[in-house]
Amino acid sequence: MDTVTLARLQFGITTVYHFFFVPLTLGLPILVAIIETIYVRTGKEVYKRMTKFWGKLLLINFALGVVTGIVLEFQFGMNWSEYARFMGDIFGVPLATEALSSFFLESTFLGVWIFGWNKLPKALHAATMWLVALGSNLSGLWILIANSFMQQPVGYAIVDGRAQLTDFGALITNPNIITQYPHVLTSGVVTASFFIMGISAYHLLKRNDDREAFQRSFRIGAIAAIIGSVLVILVGHAQTQHIAQSQPMKLAALEALVRSEDPASFSLFSVVHQDESRVSELVAIRIPAVLSFLTYNRFSGEVKGIEDLQADYVARLGPDNYVPPVMLSYFTFRIMVGAGFLLALLAFIAVVLVWRGIFERAPLFLRVLIPAIGLPYIANTAGWLLTEMGRQPWIVYGLQKTKDAISPAVTPGMLVFSLLLFTLVYGGLMIADIYLLMRFARQGTTEHEQPESAALAY
Amino acid sequence: MDLNTLWFILIGVLFAGFFFLEGFDYGVGMLLPFLGKDDRTRRVLINTVGPHWDGNEVWLITAGGALFAAFPHWYATMFSGFYIAFVLVLLALIVRGVAFEFRSKLESPRWRGVWDWMLFAGSLLPSLLLPVALFNLLRGVPIDAKMTYQGSLITLLNLPALLWGLAGVLGFLFHGAIFLSLKTGGEIAAQARTTARRLWTPAFVVLLVALAAGVLTTDVTTRWPAALFLLPLLAVVALGISGLSLQKGHPSIAFVTVGITILLVVSSLFLGLYPRVMVSSLNPDWSLTIYTASSSTYTLRIMSYIALALVPVVLLYQAWSYWVFRQRLVRESSLEY
Repeated sequence: MDTVTLARLQFGITTVYHFFFVPLTLGLPILVAIIETIYVRTGKEVYKRMTKFWGKLLLINFALGVVTGIVLEFQFGMNWSEYARFMGDIFGVPLATEALSSFFLESTFLGVWIFGWNKLPKALHAATMWLVALGSNLSGLWILIANSFMQQPVGYAIVDGRAQLTDFGALITNPNIITQYPHVLTSGVVTASFFIMGISAYHLLKRNDDREAFQRSFRIGAIAAIIGSVLVILVGHAQTQHIAQSQPMKLAALEALVRSEDPASFSLFSVVHQDESRVSELVAIRIPAVLSFLTYNRFSGEVKGIEDLQADYVARLGPDNYVPPVMLSYFTFRIMVGAGFLLALLAFIAVVLVWRGIFERAPLFLRVLIPAIGLPYIANTAGWLLTEMGRQPWIVYGLQKTKDAISPAVTPGMLVFSLLLFTLVYGGLMIADIYLLMRFARQGTTEHEQPESAALAY
Repeated sequence: MDLNTLWFILIGVLFAGFFFLEGFDYGVGMLLPFLGKDDRTRRVLINTVGPHWDGNEVWLITAGGALFAAFPHWYATMFSGFYIAFVLVLLALIVRGVAFEFRSKLESPRWRGVWDWMLFAGSLLPSLLLPVALFNLLRGVPIDAKMTYQGSLITLLNLPALLWGLAGVLGFLFHGAIFLSLKTGGEIAAQARTTARRLWTPAFVVLLVALAAGVLTTDVTTRWPAALFLLPLLAVVALGISGLSLQKGHPSIAFVTVGITILLVVSSLFLGLYPRVMVSSLNPDWSLTIYTASSSTYTLRIMSYIALALVPVVLLYQAWSYWVFRQRLVRESSLEY
């Protein structure tokens, strides 16, 4: 394999792995902060037990989110030095701001939260969890501002072959961020709410001794799930409409639309054969005009196909392959959307059952919710693969190609070495993490103190 | 003073802050197998840095982000050039961070033993490799006309740089032992004090030799006015005072003076570099400077406003977190990690 492929593989593995932990880190602190605030307001012990239980699972997840994020902070320099040179003037700004505004906030106050249970007044302790939630979600905002530039460059000028920032205001109000950030934020809420519902369902089925804690958790999870899953779909729809404007090739690929159509048809099932930029349809079951409707809210309007877009690019920028992996874009989009609608359906059923007060008498549904914890993870991963792979061959849309961004100082041997090490270590940590999560998720709200410290338990 | 110089100083401050704060965290991690006789003691040691290690580490992450924003070519050349060294540092930081959180979650001695070992190795590697990497910026590495590093890992492992690495390890061990003597009570504190006293001599000698090697093997001999040689000298003096204060039973003065030593060593390094950020051993004209490696003035100005607004707030709440957990820990304390 060549350096570009290896570097991309490494970026893919380390980033997907990082984002495996991030959505829960975005959503769960908000829900834990809400639960702890209820505890402060009502003084009911059950909410304290809930806070501690979900907080412990949050911490196990948080640790991996933080450490895998460190790799990303430096990887742009290590593997993508030419990208760093080309983009540093712009990309470094949100990245450094993220560290200053968010990493300090979340790490410092998470430390205070973990160790501050009997050192701080109750309200202040709850406030530290709100600050953690603020920190992690601000962090998401800044890194997505950085990513948005890669999707849709704004507020820049090319000076001496490098992108230079000319308008900070434009950078942080990138039209792309307006839909991308809410989409990621709400997917975090969905991930966290199904995490809470699934684990609560497990305990309700098991007839755990602390039933009350899991009944209340389930209700909170169901409310968050319906809000999150409806919003994630609405925002996702707006985002796709935006992509139609900003990255027509990505839209054509995720719809497997080979030729331009007006009105454009929506694909029910497609298989294409792709050889570089040559794409031919093998199977195409399409519904007329629906893609035009989804894109423009009316049953007419042209959506450009892959062939025409490729020809446009060649005419403007010279011969090259401007087509992203079509089947990958097509299926990741459908997996994400399919999982999203399924989650919304489950959230709807959950809310109805909670509303009528009969969710504990629906064992079959509760049983379904346990594996459903995994659904948001599938959707999150598919969504990012689509976002990043669908942008290919560009690393910065229209400005720099991925193959030109690689570090010349790094050899394939070095990449294989680091790739093996990262994959091995990440694999081991993933096993340890899931083991701990399952163990503590099963254990319930009872605290198991070690004998030696039992006398000191607060 | 122009913005390029300001950001050069800020990055120096971030590194100095990082080494001061995370230095004692690394020290505690490295002392774990030596001072932690039983599991309870090891937990006390880990818990002294428990609330702070992550916030301290963010100083390094921020230094990385600031490098990217202010000096993208420095960021690009250094991280792609010192590739294997940084892969090892990153892996160390990964396992170390997870070890804090996971270690005491289960009671199995084997589980805890594995994470203790990770904490030790995860603290040792960055203590050794980060000073090695930073000293090589000044010593000079093969950088070509296109700002691309042409050396290998072996290029970095030269004798003076390794001395800097060793000085880092011993210095942070010393720093960590003093920190423990301040943050623990009873028998653990007494042991930490003894260890700190024993560590002082090797730390002092190696720092002296490393600084001498640093001065003699780099071009500061021809570049520096005589007055600047006082800086590394004062660094050694500060570490000397630190040892004396320890003898006299003033660990807090010892702690502060180690901080001054770290600040002076980092200042010496950065003043040796200025206005360069990475010296090219192939051709002095190919060295990266604060002007050739930097972002545009517009970006530097934006970043200055952002830093001006956020850094004071960060310093305030980090200081507050140390105030909240100012109590000494003993074996009987309630522990989270």
